[in-house]
Amino acid sequence: MDTTLQLIEWTGRLTNLAYLASAILFILALAGLSKQTTAQRGNTFGAIGMVIALVATIARALVQSHVDPANFHGPLVTFMLIALAMGIGAAIGLPMAKKVEMTGMPQLIAMLHSFVGAAAVLIGLNSFLHPHGVTADIARFHLAEVFLGIFIGAITLTGSIVAYLKLSAKMKGAPLVLPGRHLLNLAALILTLVLGVVFVATGGTGVLAWISLMLMLVIALWLGFHMVAAIGGGDMPVVVSMLNSYSGWAAAAAGFMLGNELLIIVGALVGSSGAYLSYIMCKAMNRSFISVILGGFGSDGGAASGADRDYGAHTETTAAEVAQLLAGSEHVVITPGYGMAVAQAQYPVASLTKKLRERGVDVTFGIHPVAGRLPGHMNVLLAEAKVPYDIVHEMDDINDDFDSVDTVLVIGANDTVNPIAEEPGSPIAGMPVLKVWDAKKVIVFKRSMGAGYAGVQNPLFFNENSDMLLGDAKDSVEAISAAL
Amino acid sequence: MRIGVPNEAAEGGTLVAATPATVKKLIGLGYEVAVQTRAGVPAAFPDTAYTDAGAHIVGDDVWTSDIVLALDAPRGDRITAMAPGSTLITRMAPGRSPELIDLLAERNITGLAVDAVPRISRAQSMDVLSSMANIAGYRAVVEAASRFGRLFTGQITAAGQMPPATVYVIGAGVAGLAAIGTANSMGAIVKATDLRPETAEQVESMGAEFVAIPAATEKSADGYAKEMTEDQARAAAKLYAEQSTQADIVITTANIPGRTAPILLTAADVAAMKPGSVIVDMAAANGGNCELTRPGEIHTTDGGVHIIGYTDLASRLPGQSSQLYGQNLVNLLALTTPGKDGQLTLDLEDEIVRSITVTQARPEPVGPADVLWPPPPVTVSAAPVTAPTPEPEPVDEQALAAEASRKRTLQRLWMSAAGILGAALVLASPLAVAQDYMVLLLAVVVGFYVITAVTHSLHTPLMSETNAVSGIVLVGAILQVGSSNIAVTILAFLAIVVASINIFGGFAVTHRMLAMFRTEA
Repeated sequence: MDTTLQLIEWTGRLTNLAYLASAILFILALAGLSKQTTAQRGNTFGAIGMVIALVATIARALVQSHVDPANFHGPLVTFMLIALAMGIGAAIGLPMAKKVEMTGMPQLIAMLHSFVGAAAVLIGLNSFLHPHGVTADIARFHLAEVFLGIFIGAITLTGSIVAYLKLSAKMKGAPLVLPGRHLLNLAALILTLVLGVVFVATGGTGVLAWISLMLMLVIALWLGFHMVAAIGGGDMPVVVSMLNSYSGWAAAAAGFMLGNELLIIVGALVGSSGAYLSYIMCKAMNRSFISVILGGFGSDGGAASGADRDYGAHTETTAAEVAQLLAGSEHVVITPGYGMAVAQAQYPVASLTKKLRERGVDVTFGIHPVAGRLPGHMNVLLAEAKVPYDIVHEMDDINDDFDSVDTVLVIGANDTVNPIAEEPGSPIAGMPVLKVWDAKKVIVFKRSMGAGYAGVQNPLFFNENSDMLLGDAKDSVEAISAAL
Repeated sequence: MRIGVPNEAAEGGTLVAATPATVKKLIGLGYEVAVQTRAGVPAAFPDTAYTDAGAHIVGDDVWTSDIVLALDAPRGDRITAMAPGSTLITRMAPGRSPELIDLLAERNITGLAVDAVPRISRAQSMDVLSSMANIAGYRAVVEAASRFGRLFTGQITAAGQMPPATVYVIGAGVAGLAAIGTANSMGAIVKATDLRPETAEQVESMGAEFVAIPAATEKSADGYAKEMTEDQARAAAKLYAEQSTQADIVITTANIPGRTAPILLTAADVAAMKPGSVIVDMAAANGGNCELTRPGEIHTTDGGVHIIGYTDLASRLPGQSSQLYGQNLVNLLALTTPGKDGQLTLDLEDEIVRSITVTQARPEPVGPADVLWPPPPVTVSAAPVTAPTPEPEPVDEQALAAEASRKRTLQRLWMSAAGILGAALVLASPLAVAQDYMVLLLAVVVGFYVITAVTHSLHTPLMSETNAVSGIVLVGAILQVGSSNIAVTILAFLAIVVASINIFGGFAVTHRMLAMFRTEA
C-alpha cells in the first residue's frame, strides 16, 4: 500500500506543478495577444498550456481510477472514454474552425460560448451526483457552489444560443420586449435565490433537493434566453463579450466546486477579460453596461426626435466620379462598418486600397470600436483580405486628423459616423463617432437611404460635402476599381 | 408658365439672371423661357447660345411673362408693364424699399425677394448674397493688386529681395473668406479679424492668421455679426488702426443687414498708413467702412493711400456671377416647382418660401396683392454658412454637476454593498476554500492588467483565445468520466465532447485569424 500512497502523492505534486506551468502559460498567452507581432506566439503558449494541463489531468484521472476501483472504472476504460470524447470534439471543432468565414466569426464565437456553458452545467450536475473529495465540513458550501455553477452555466448556454441565432440571422435581430420584462427577470432572480436556500437546506438529498435544482435549471435557461432576446442585434458586440465573461465565471465556479485552482485562475482570467471588453464596448457607445444588459434599445422612443426634422436633399454620385475623385486625392480614409461585412466587400476594398497605394495615394482605415458585430470584427475582416494592419487605425488615433483628409469612403457604416451624436437630446447623444464630416469630401456607400441600426436619421448624408453611392457595397467598390 | 429674362444692360448692369446653362435646367423644370434680346451680351452669352439652350429671344414683351427673373428691382414703369397676377423674382432689399412693396401690392404682383433667403443650411443653395459676396471677395483682391505698386509674393532675385505684401481683412464672412483665400493663393501674408471668435477656425483653414479683438465678444445667434458694446468697439478700433498701419492692403467687409455700414477706419487711421497702400471698402454701397470712401470710385488720399469704393465688384465678373446667380434661382424654382411641371407653387408653410415672399397676388379680379413683409424670424441652426454642423445647445452646468455627484454617490453605494457582500461570503465560507478566494482575486487582477494592454484590433482573436482557454472546464469532466456511476460517466463524456470542440476549434480559429494579420512586406 505504501507504493499506492506514494503514487497518489507524487501525482498530486506533479499535477500541481503542471497546473502552475499552464496557468503561467495562459497568462503569457493573453499577454502575447497585446501586439500583432507576439500574438501568434501567445496562441502557441495557450495551446501548450492546454496540452500540459490536459496531460496532467488525464494522468491524475488514470491514477484515480487505478487506486480507487470501488468508485471508478479501470484506467483503460477511463482512458478510452476520454480519448473517444476528445476525438469526437476535435473532429467537430477543427473542421468548423477551418471552414468558417471571417464574416461569420461572431456567430462561431457565440456558439463556442454555449459549449462552455453546457459543459459547466454538466460538470455541476456530476459534482452533485458524485461528490468527490468533499469532506463533511464543506458539504453545504459545496452544494452552494454546485448551485451557482449550474446557474451561471445555464445562463451562458441559452444566452449564447440566442446570440448565435441572432448573429446568424436565424432569429430576428429586433429586441423581444415582453411587458414587465424587468420585473420578470427580477422575479426569476429572487425565485432562484429562494430555491438555492431550499437546496442547501436539504443537504443535497431527497426529492426536494432535486426539484429545487431542476426548477432552478429551467429558470436559468429561461433567464439566459430572455435576457439576450431582449437585446437588439446592434448591441451584440457587448453581449458576446459579456457571454465570454460569463463562460469564464462558469469555469471559475466549476473550479470552486472541484477544488481545482487551475480552473479558478483560468476562469477569472477569462471572466475579467470579457468584463473589460464589455466595458470598452459600452464606453464606445457611451452607454452604461446596465442599460445594454436591460436591453430594448431602439424600441422605446429611439427615433422620435429625428422624425420630423428637415434634412434637405442628398446628392448621389456614380462609381466613375468617385474613381476620379480618389485618383485626385492625396489622403483617403476608409471607415468600414457592418455593411462591409454583410456585402463581403473586404476583398474588393483591399484591392482598391492596393491600387490606390500603388499610385501614391495615402490610404488608411479608421475603425470605430463598435463597428461590426464583435469587438475588432472589422480588423479581422481587413486582415483576412490582406490589408496591412499598420494602416488600420483606431478611432481615437485618427479622429482629430479628418480635416487634413481629402476623401473619406464610408462603407456600410451609419451610426458610427452620425454627427447627430454630438447633439444633446438625440437618441445616440454622447456616443463617440468618427468625425468624417471634417474631411473635404465624404462618399457614403449604402444600400438605400434607410436609417441605421439605432433607427436614427443621419444628417451626414445631407451635408454639402457628402455624396451618396447607393447600391451593394461590393459591386460599387469593384466598379470604382475598374474605373481606375 | 413662361419665364422672362429681361435685358438689364440698359440700367447699367452687366449680369443676366439666366445663362444658357441655367435656361436648360429651367426648361427641365417644365417652364418655357423667353430671354430679351442681347440680355447676356455683357456677360459673354450671345443670343444664339440661348436659342441653342431652348429659349426664345423676345423684345420688350419679356415683361409680360408669368414669371420675371431679374437681378435688381426694375424701374416703376417696367413693373407697371407686368401682368397682374404674375411673379417677379429679384433682389429687392425689401427692408429698405417700402415703395417697391407698395407698388407690387397695388399691381397685384407676387414679389419674391431672393436676397431675403434665410441663412439656414437648406437654403444655402439659393443664397444669392453668399454667391455674390464670394465673387466680390475675389475681385476685391484683384482690384487691390492692380492698384498696388508691388508684388504679392516675396522673392529673392539677383536684383535683390522683394518683400511679400501683407493683406489685412476685416470681417470673415463669405466675402472676407474669399478675399483671404485669393490673397493667400497669390502669395501674400494674410491676417484677418472678425468680431465673432468662432470664425477663427475658418480663417485659419483659409490660410490666414486670425487676429482676435482683445475683449470678450458674444457668439452670433443669427449668422451675422452684431454691433458691439462700447468697450469692444474701442478695443476693435485700436486693433484696426494698429493692423492697417502694418498692412499693405486692407479689405473691409463689415455690412450689417438693413443698416448703414459701421466706420472701421477713420481719416486718422488712413493718414497713418504707408503711402502706396490700398484699401478696398466692400461695404461702399452701404456707406462704407472707411470714413474717406467715395462709393463707386477710386480715390487717392493726400498721403498716397488708394481707397477703392467700387460697389459693383461682383458685376465686374459678369460671366461667373451670372452663372451663380442663375443657378441660385434655378434651385429656388426647383423648390417652388415640386411637380417639375412648370407650375409655380408657393408653399407658405415652408420657411424659405415664407421668408422671401414679399407680396402674394390674389386671384383676379380681387387684387391688390397681400403684403407679407416682414416675415416671421427664422432661427438659424448653423451660425456661419461655412459650418454645417449645428451649434451644441448650452448645457446647464449645475444640473450636470448634481447629476455627476448623484452618480458618484450611487457608485460608492454599490461598491460598498459589493464589498460587504464579498466580506460576508468569505466569512461564511469554510476555511478550506479561503485560499481559493485569494487565487480568484489575484487572477482577476492579473486578468484586468493583461487585457488592458491588448490592442483594439486584436479583440476578436482575444475573444476566441479566451474562449478556447475557458475550455479548460474539460479538466473537471476528465476527472469525473471514470466514475462507476453510469449517469455521471455519460454526462462527463458529453461535457468532454463539447469542451473539446471549444478547445480544438478555438485554438485553430485563433491561429487562422492571427496568421492573417500582416504588415507590408
